Amino acid sequence: MTAVVETPVINPVEPFLRMDRMPHIWCPGCGIGTTVNCFARALIESKADPEKLAVVSGIGCTGRVAGYLHVDSFHTTHGRAIPFATGLKLANPSLQVVVYSGDGDLFAIGGNHLIHAARRNIDLKVICVNNFIYAMTGGQTAPTTPEPATTTTAPYGSYEPAFNLPYLTESAGATYVARWTTYHVRQLTRSIVEMLQKKGFCLIEVLSPCPTLYQRRNRLGDALETMKYYKERSKTRHGAPTSEVGLTMQGDIVVGKFVDRDRPDYLESMRRRLAEQLGDKFAGVGVLA
Amino acid sequence: MQANPKGVLTGTHFLDGDQACCEGALAAGARFAAGYPITPSTEIVERFAWRIPTVGGMFIQMEDELAASIAILGAVWGGAKAFTVTSGPGFSLMMEHIGYAAMTETPCVFVDVQRGGPSTGLPTLPAQGDMMQARWGSHGDYEIIALCPNSPQECFDVTIRAFNLAEEFRVPVMLMMDECVGHMTEKVVIPRAEEIEIYPRRHTARGPGEYWPYETNGDLVPEMAHAGEGYRFHITGLTHDERGYPAMNAAAQDRLVRRLKNKIRAAADRLALYEEEATEDAEVVVVSYGITSRVAQRAVEMARQRGIRVGKFRLVAAWPFPAARLRELAQRVKVFVVPELNCGQMVLEVERAAAGMARIIPVTHAGGDVHRPETILEAIVEAAR
Ligand SMILES: Cc1ncc(C[n+]2csc(CCOP(=O)(O)OP(=O)(O)O)c2C)c(N)n1
Ligand code: SF4
Repeated sequence: MTAVVETPVINPVEPFLRMDRMPHIWCPGCGIGTTVNCFARALIESKADPEKLAVVSGIGCTGRVAGYLHVDSFHTTHGRAIPFATGLKLANPSLQVVVYSGDGDLFAIGGNHLIHAARRNIDLKVICVNNFIYAMTGGQTAPTTPEPATTTTAPYGSYEPAFNLPYLTESAGATYVARWTTYHVRQLTRSIVEMLQKKGFCLIEVLSPCPTLYQRRNRLGDALETMKYYKERSKTRHGAPTSEVGLTMQGDIVVGKFVDRDRPDYLESMRRRLAEQLGDKFAGVGVLA
Repeated sequence: MQANPKGVLTGTHFLDGDQACCEGALAAGARFAAGYPITPSTEIVERFAWRIPTVGGMFIQMEDELAASIAILGAVWGGAKAFTVTSGPGFSLMMEHIGYAAMTETPCVFVDVQRGGPSTGLPTLPAQGDMMQARWGSHGDYEIIALCPNSPQECFDVTIRAFNLAEEFRVPVMLMMDECVGHMTEKVVIPRAEEIEIYPRRHTARGPGEYWPYETNGDLVPEMAHAGEGYRFHITGLTHDERGYPAMNAAAQDRLVRRLKNKIRAAADRLALYEEEATEDAEVVVVSYGITSRVAQRAVEMARQRGIRVGKFRLVAAWPFPAARLRELAQRVKVFVVPELNCGQMVLEVERAAAGMARIIPVTHAGGDVHRPETILEAIVEAAR
């Protein structure tokens, strides 16, 4: 037998991942890893300084993202990634702060924080992985579960209307709102690059399969089947009114960049107001210990 | 380290306890506060919001206490000294983040200006009903430090101590005030910055690449780094190992939880902070704290005039409880009289410390008012009989 010398092929996203924590906990076919790959590629593309980037997650399968990224990363409490990130960003405005969490974490238990951060226009970049379900806890109803999908807590099918996340986020004041699916890896990557360059509260919703708990339970096939669905039923409509992008079970999916506008962010408004009122007495907002 | 003069309002002032607490926080170096309005604590953050722009830092009014209590933790990891302020109903909402702060060893201060409870209770009236909640309110095993000032001057002094202990032990420190102490106005002397000792953040001296966030190097308290400094560290509320990585097993849990407890327990004697008066020959000792200690003072004086050998033991630190000292006293004191503005909370600790060696007479009060000195006096008289 001849010895085979293997040349290690280093995946370009590896420097952004905690390789010492691999393998990750996500199931085969789960979409969360795909979004992380897009995120890492967006970091490479946007030449983001990994030392000036912090990722904050809540709790859930998506909430585990923070732990796999090789940046300053915080795995917080369920629903509270945004207020933690708010404190972090305000204490050190030079940080790029990304919030990476699930739809339940961000829009159910954390919904109040999300709308207030958007209203204040805190400079946070939110990536919301929407798998239509509470995955980490075993497949219960989420605020995004479409009627009449079956979950473990809606065994006869859900009869609650679901939130339209882009519509809600835009109404609350976000400066950038987009939606993609894990089928749209290039578009998603580009969108993350764009979002990282914006100032203010931004959110990208990424539809992502949870084959283990959502697709299979609802007899929607596996991850591949879901990709086919995303491919066939997604309609790109940049600038679509967010009131029209609500999702239905297995219906059309409007994707694209819906909102891209500018307004002063929280720190800018604060600085302007205090400087105007206090003149030379205003000592600035630097808070480092 | 000395205090930064920017935050120190040196001079003699007339301040209420809430205002004095705010000045203490500024003197201690707090430059970030997040809060949600609630009587009778709001004056602390109102003053902070007014003062901080000229000191350098910020206040943000959050959408609720869950948000306020974790925004401060984010700010700490961003490099700030930070605190939040509330009263009973808000304190209940903050419990999850007291646990998160304990688990992640985030130095921070929670101020609870206690009012009558449970629930909305008596928004404008005093109580001391959150003392056990301060110790046990979040789930799981952990330790905290809780201090209970009894005057505006002490609100200033003890707030500085609270921040210093938070930094030294990397724990959430509770400042357990009450409506009376918060709203009473008295003389407060604020010293010069050079006279105020500040415990600096335990920032690591190691460089990125040689640092893990929960490596303790033989000590019980690990060193900190802040986001944005190049360390690229991970922090989680999950049980974690020295690297800060999740470790889902009983051995890691045992190692972590025991260290979190031991770092406070091992220092319990040093952390015990109390005031003792005339306990040398006392057969009765009144144990009290906060506003109740001032009423008790009057009762003790009245009892002494009657010739009763009564001493006074005032808790300045409620947690960790100074059990060792009370156990010593229990060997020669006949009775401990324990008045408090609740139906019997810290008295349970006194009982535990006394371990049957001395009799215990609780003087309970459901809150809404303070005790009458005569009520405490009656208990002292009965005790001495
Ligand atoms: C305060 C609190 N309540 C409930 C839970 C249990 N819990 C953990 S993750 C989760 C839901 C996660 O769903 P989602 O945010 O959609 O994330 P996914 O797991 O689907 O990625 C819940 C309810 C918790 N950890 N903390
Ligand atoms: S349960 Fe669902 S969301 Fe969680 S890892 Fe598995 S596939 Fe992904």
